[in-house]
Amino acid sequence: MKNSKMNFLVKTFLFGLVFMTFLSCERDLSDEATDATFSKTGAIFLDAPVEMGSDFYFPYGGSKPNAWSVDDQVSYKGSASMRFDVPNANDPEGSYAGAIFRTEGAGRNLTDYDALTFYVKASQGVVIGEFGFGEDFIDNKYIATIRNVSIGTNWTKIIIPIPDASKLVKERGMFRYAAGSQGTNGFGYTFWIDELKFEKLGNILNGQASIMNGQNVTQNTFVNVTSTVDNVVVNFNLPTGINQAVFVSPAYMNFSSSDTTVATVNDAGVVTSLSAGTAVITATFNGVQATGSLTINCAGTFVNAPVPTRNQANVISIFSDAYSNVPVNYYNGYWQPWQTTVSNDFSVNGDNILNYTIFNFVGIEFSSPTVNATNMTHFHADFFFPGPIAPGRQLRVIVVDFGPNGVFSGGDDTRHSTTFTAPTLVSNSWVSIDIPFSAMPGLASRQNLAQIIFEGGDGSIMYVDNVYFYN
Amino acid sequence: MKIINKSLFKSVFILSTVLFLGCSEDEKQTVITKTRLVMQEEFDVNGAPNPELWNFDIGTGNNGWGNNEQQFYTDRPENIIVEGGMLKITARRELYLGSSFTSARITSKGKYEKKYGRIEARIKMPLGRGLWPAFWMLGANIDEVSWPQCGEIDIVEYLGSNPISMFGTVHGPGYFGGESISKNYTLKTGRFDNEFHVYGIEWGENYINFYVDDALYHRVTPSDVPGEWVFNQPYFMILNMAVGGNLPGSPNDQTAFPQTMWVDYIRVYE
Repeated sequence: MKNSKMNFLVKTFLFGLVFMTFLSCERDLSDEATDATFSKTGAIFLDAPVEMGSDFYFPYGGSKPNAWSVDDQVSYKGSASMRFDVPNANDPEGSYAGAIFRTEGAGRNLTDYDALTFYVKASQGVVIGEFGFGEDFIDNKYIATIRNVSIGTNWTKIIIPIPDASKLVKERGMFRYAAGSQGTNGFGYTFWIDELKFEKLGNILNGQASIMNGQNVTQNTFVNVTSTVDNVVVNFNLPTGINQAVFVSPAYMNFSSSDTTVATVNDAGVVTSLSAGTAVITATFNGVQATGSLTINCAGTFVNAPVPTRNQANVISIFSDAYSNVPVNYYNGYWQPWQTTVSNDFSVNGDNILNYTIFNFVGIEFSSPTVNATNMTHFHADFFFPGPIAPGRQLRVIVVDFGPNGVFSGGDDTRHSTTFTAPTLVSNSWVSIDIPFSAMPGLASRQNLAQIIFEGGDGSIMYVDNVYFYN
Repeated sequence: MKIINKSLFKSVFILSTVLFLGCSEDEKQTVITKTRLVMQEEFDVNGAPNPELWNFDIGTGNNGWGNNEQQFYTDRPENIIVEGGMLKITARRELYLGSSFTSARITSKGKYEKKYGRIEARIKMPLGRGLWPAFWMLGANIDEVSWPQCGEIDIVEYLGSNPISMFGTVHGPGYFGGESISKNYTLKTGRFDNEFHVYGIEWGENYINFYVDDALYHRVTPSDVPGEWVFNQPYFMILNMAVGGNLPGSPNDQTAFPQTMWVDYIRVYE
């Protein structure tokens, strides 16, 4: 009798302890949520979406819009998981799977958490491109993403550290993912995610942060040119002992400029050049200096190209802020293997400038559709060479017509190249070039104009503006 | 019958208390009973470790100190120094006399040997895979009877690849290496490589209790070991940080060097 009573006490005591343990370990989410203006709920999906509203799944453009579903046959815990069917690359509905999960309403206060965690498994071993949070398709201010996540066929816990939870006081971007079939020969697969939630783990170690990929990058600018600090990465050491790089929005960093009279930087890492001189933009994360920097060499006030005065009705514009431009495939085709030219285009007070650096040659293409310039009489472009013009330096302007078939090659393409040299070419002053079609005998037709090619670069810099045909 | 029930009650109680403590830090468990301080090494004098207490082990031992460890132990200040109230043992990645890493190991053999007591150290562990710091003890009769007959008490061993766990172990005749009597302790929150924790044993005749901070996690008595109980005799202390070897595996490209094991103090109570 006595013994059985003791056993009863033991069991009661044990039960009480276990119950208290449960209470002290588990967050009582609904209670916390009622107190705050912004919900402090950490859960996103347990057996169903949690406090997400009815309209929260927003696929990326080009992705298969119905890749996501709730699977009540598969779960890590409870009765259901989220299922993601990554399509074959040639699926007409979308070549990959990707979306954001944006909670409805004002957003959540995530300041109590230090990680987004979930369990994941896939129908085969795959490497999934991106998992993250903080993207809301509104201002996307606090995106944090891990990349190239290796997923096996058994459930594995994934931890995405929150770079700085104090920033996330009203976050709507609960989750984001992008998964393609690049690593599976274009064939689709399925993966499942369960127990998706923000958590306070308390054992993630902050490591080194970097901007500009940890490099010391230099940009040449003018007054009022804006530059952007990017490639921001924060490294963490997970409780598993593994280093995890998190690719984050610049807004997680604290930026400073070595000379705010030359350039200032805002919270989002956008740098504005103010006067001639040099300023070094650096960042700290959690009070620790991030590696990498952005050095701004501001050359002073930019001299704009002459403002075009012709009427829009007389112009077919390829690149100009003065006109509506026709559809352009690209302003730099990065034609391999011989091209060295890199585009570092910039904008000064709303005037966009094509900035070709390491310039040897570059092609602009506007083939969809091609341009019928039969009614036009001239080609125009403005060039600026900030460096010296070397003796013998040429600039060749090539206008290309794709011929009746309207596509590159096929034997009907024609072109004409016009060469300019000094003294037409001058340094540090805009050079306006006008070429009449009557002086382009190599061009059999101008009904299907599709490319303009600039050649003759010596690896230096060339700005281009106001590229158009006119009559 | 009554006795069995009592011991059942006791074991259930201890188990429950450990569970409870894991979640709630403010509840205290009776971890220690020995409170009279009889020895303290506070590492207060800058320079080399006190030569009246510590010996250096130099070199690579036999077969990497028996574990294929990859470091060369030196007595250079780059590897071991007392500074700012701390002993710092620093592992470096450098080519040194045929080894790829350097580090340090000190023992109190022949200088401070102790039988029974509460022996603890406050340590902050290094960060990174392949690092294997330890605070441990060997039987003072090792030169007469050799290992494992002399016995070994590992107060704390830690692997940099698992920053939230550590383990305490005893080795003896018939229970050594992979057959040793060992137990892990995993933090519910926090890590061992970014803050100090206190690692200790309370040791008396026929028992050794292992604790971390306020948590008792391992108790070993003669009935737990499948061989002779060799712990009723004096032991000396060892502090070291190994790099690589059979247990931790090699450092990888994620392991940043140098890495330091910080020891705030060693204290012995009766």
